[in-house]
Amino acid sequence: MSLNSDEVRRIAQLARLAVDDREAEEFAAGLSDIFDFVEALNAAEIGGVEPMAHPLDAEQRLRPDAVSEPDQRELFQAIAPAVDGGLYLVPRVIE
Amino acid sequence: MKLDTLAGWARRLRARDISSRELTEFYLGRIDRLDSQLNSFISVTPDLALAAADAADERLARGDEAPLLGLPVAQKDIFCTFGVRTSCGSKMLDNFIAPYTATVVERMNAAGAVMLGKTNMDEFAMGSSNETSHYGPVRNPWDPERVPGGSSGGSAAAVAARLVPAATGTDTGGSIRQPAAFCGITGIKPTYGRVSRYGMIAFASSLDQAGPMAASAEDCALMLNAMAGFDPRDSTSVERPVEDFTAGLGADLKGLRIGLPREFFGEGLDPGVRAATEAALAVLRERGAELIEISLPNSGLSVPAYYVVAPAECSSNLARYDGVRFGHRCDEPRDLTDLYTRSRAEGFGAEVKRRIMIGTYVLSAGYYDAYYLKAQKVRRLIADDFRRAFGQVDVIAGPTSPETPFRLGEKSADPVQMYLSDIYTIAVNLAGLPGLSMPAGTVGNLPVGMQLIGNYFDEARLLGVAHQFQQETDWHARMPAAFV
Amino acid sequence: MEWETVIGLEIHTQLNTVSKIFSGAATAYGAEPNRQACAVDLGLPGVLPVLNAAVVEKAVMLGLAIDARIAPRSVFARKNYFYPDLPKGYQISQYELPIVEQGHLDIDLEDGSRKRIGVTRAHLEEDAGKSLHEGFTAMTGIDLNRAGTPLVEIVSEPDMRSAKEAVAYMKKLHALVRYLGISDGNMQEGSFRCDANVSVRPRGRTEFGTRAEIKNLNSFRFVERAINFEVERQIDLIESGGTVVQETRLYDPDRDETRSMRSKEEANDYRYFPDPDLLPVVIHAEDIEAARRRLPELPDAKRERFISAYGLSAYDAGSLTASRELADYFEAVAAGCGAPKLAANWVMGDFSAALNRSEAGLAQSPVSAAGLAQLLSRIQDETISGKIAKEVFDAMWAGEGGADAIIEARGLKQITDTGAIDAIIDEVIAANPSQLEQYRSGKDKLFGFFVGQVMKKTRGQANPAQVNERLRARLQGD
Repeated sequence: MSLNSDEVRRIAQLARLAVDDREAEEFAAGLSDIFDFVEALNAAEIGGVEPMAHPLDAEQRLRPDAVSEPDQRELFQAIAPAVDGGLYLVPRVIE
Repeated sequence: MKLDTLAGWARRLRARDISSRELTEFYLGRIDRLDSQLNSFISVTPDLALAAADAADERLARGDEAPLLGLPVAQKDIFCTFGVRTSCGSKMLDNFIAPYTATVVERMNAAGAVMLGKTNMDEFAMGSSNETSHYGPVRNPWDPERVPGGSSGGSAAAVAARLVPAATGTDTGGSIRQPAAFCGITGIKPTYGRVSRYGMIAFASSLDQAGPMAASAEDCALMLNAMAGFDPRDSTSVERPVEDFTAGLGADLKGLRIGLPREFFGEGLDPGVRAATEAALAVLRERGAELIEISLPNSGLSVPAYYVVAPAECSSNLARYDGVRFGHRCDEPRDLTDLYTRSRAEGFGAEVKRRIMIGTYVLSAGYYDAYYLKAQKVRRLIADDFRRAFGQVDVIAGPTSPETPFRLGEKSADPVQMYLSDIYTIAVNLAGLPGLSMPAGTVGNLPVGMQLIGNYFDEARLLGVAHQFQQETDWHARMPAAFV
Repeated sequence: MEWETVIGLEIHTQLNTVSKIFSGAATAYGAEPNRQACAVDLGLPGVLPVLNAAVVEKAVMLGLAIDARIAPRSVFARKNYFYPDLPKGYQISQYELPIVEQGHLDIDLEDGSRKRIGVTRAHLEEDAGKSLHEGFTAMTGIDLNRAGTPLVEIVSEPDMRSAKEAVAYMKKLHALVRYLGISDGNMQEGSFRCDANVSVRPRGRTEFGTRAEIKNLNSFRFVERAINFEVERQIDLIESGGTVVQETRLYDPDRDETRSMRSKEEANDYRYFPDPDLLPVVIHAEDIEAARRRLPELPDAKRERFISAYGLSAYDAGSLTASRELADYFEAVAAGCGAPKLAANWVMGDFSAALNRSEAGLAQSPVSAAGLAQLLSRIQDETISGKIAKEVFDAMWAGEGGADAIIEARGLKQITDTGAIDAIIDEVIAANPSQLEQYRSGKDKLFGFFVGQVMKKTRGQANPAQVNERLRARLQGD
């Protein structure tokens, strides 16, 4: 299966990765090879097989409804790229 | 000072033969002197290490019996460590000083371990050669022109060169076992859910599992005793009492049924690796084990299935690196889209981007069923193969990798060839089973690893088999000449 | 052409847990920015979600209350998209296997009939943070305190045919979540929000028209107005030769119009897949039974009981059970005074009117249920008349004290002494000879004049029944 650079750009946009024209071409070639390789899955007999999302057949454990996490805003925001007045800053979002 | 194993150092610390400070200084000195040849550490933390060593010496003086008390270890730079940069091998997290500590690290600290630093790794654990690290490739101590394997290549090289007696690794498709094989050490990926994933930076959540890397099975058992255990912070952590993994080391191999999957000995296996593996199997047979040929018919689909499932999970797991709350942010973003796309394009390397692209594609509208869902179904077929096999045998054995360590750059241009390096290890992650790699011989000067795969929660048996093998052989005790 | 409106609602309700759905951070409203955003809420590298037990219990209670199927196994999925208020780059939600499916809610229409509205599903998910634009130039501030607050999204079938029906459904659901005690339902704080899917079609046609989704509706009034505007817009558009496009629209209450959110229209592809950090949520029969035991009496059952036990009309019973607080208040008043119908009239009448005027919630009412019951008891035992009671009630509302104290202080006790009433009647008759003559010559209407005069002289405190009886006898002249 081959991917063209327009498809690569669409995927890159979904993944929020900036790609220039050269990278788009490279991705198109590289990803096509990988998808060719993955085509092998089509040989599998998967009729009636349940998809397996987890290695273990277990159920979700529940935690009691209690506040256990203290305020650590200063600690967490010490590693943030841009904060003001306790808020994380991003370029203006237009609704 | 004469080098020793983790277990050996533990005995000498308790005998007050040596202090933790002396031991820590000894290994810090080796790192300082020798790591420039390997690049196995991203961060060395001597101040923290010496403070921990002094605290350990006080505890030792009080007769404290914590299992890893005073022992130097290294943490793969994928585990969050409070106040210490946790980069995951990526430019994206080059400035990330972790504000909390991973459960595995907390458990090891509580057991008295002394962390010397954080080891190099493939970026976000995506790689089989340690060449994708933002901090440069790690070199194989047996041959500096060759790769140490990946993604836990820094831990493997550091242990092989005895820059540290033991280190942690993580294994999503073979990232403990393949570098252990390439570097001639022992490493075990436990059953999925045995070791907490909290604070271990996620690559593919349903496959990732942490485990120990050390010279011997005995050392791995000591480490695993501290690492394993239920964690209420991880929903996929198994609520089950932790056994003493050192207790089964003496178990006899008599009557042990070892399955040899014919798919692991077929085309693509290097003849030297095959010969070394067969010789190692003969040792096990001599000790009383029965060798039985088995089949894992769907194992050939494991690499294609993995390269759908793992990138799918990774594409979502790595969406949080957006330049807003932590990590790399591009300069002067024009608008929100620019902030996202440029921060991510600058922060991630080529292989990480490639996997994000694959994962985004296989989950996108119109492709989900054809790729993701199909791969999840094949995943079940693969797990079912193992289930049937373990009805017949106690342990499965074969080569860890189809080849000995390849040269730096040899496979960089061909991702598919690189991915096939994990052809024997990946199925184990898809099924969630425990898998161990131990030194089984050499081809020329290069180590060969043998893989042992166990049934769910059968780590103690794998460690026992490896320990018995290591009683008969000395492959695990050999060291690369440049580091003796 | 005659048009039919088709409406389906998606209602997001915050569940009133003390901690978040997947972390131990607090959920209290109004904290300083990012003080209730822990490592998990921030999506720090390496963190993992663990599900809050109370969230599951509350969802099961909701499912039982709408007679729905509780999924024995439900699955959390990731909805992937980038937005600054979404820290992980995905929202943990439920997609293919929600916890609650196929329920229904009956609404009362204005003509007195009931209509069944289907509930397709209700699923659990985490709320996002908030974007704040004020106080910054060229920047937006992100507060993640709300990120990870548990939400249940309740999706209706497209069963509603007018804005009024949509509002009735929304109000019914709002009352229900408050009855169940699973949400505070506070709409100003965003605990109960609605998206409306609106389309129109020529009456009689079975297939649906193209729908628009109106977001951001956080009051009953806005829902009604936004739907009415949108219906008009769609009809005008079609009748003038245009076609409705499927899109997301935002309601602007200031302009009372909906407008297209073009910025959100870029191709969304959420790439849902099961969240590998969470395991399937398994609900056992005993969990369902435990939740059933915790269910309070629900609005419809309470309404039936009010009709049968108190002899109230269906309309009165419906009004009184519209909220659990009002129903509880009524029952306390009725029990305290022993006169349910009188209690119903007062609670729906003077009491509700005073409450509306004050714009206070029931919990802040200056007249307690016991206080109102005491007042109504004084009507029952004829200490005061219903009319005087209104004066006493106003004084109670103004904080002047209890009913008995006010009656005493103001000397409002009813005159029931026959001799005293007779004396006043005689005075009135003596003072109005011409009216007496006219009355006796057949002008019966003047009876009311005499009653008025007597009540005036007693400042309303004479027992009205007694006055009637004695006055009639006296005027007859025997």
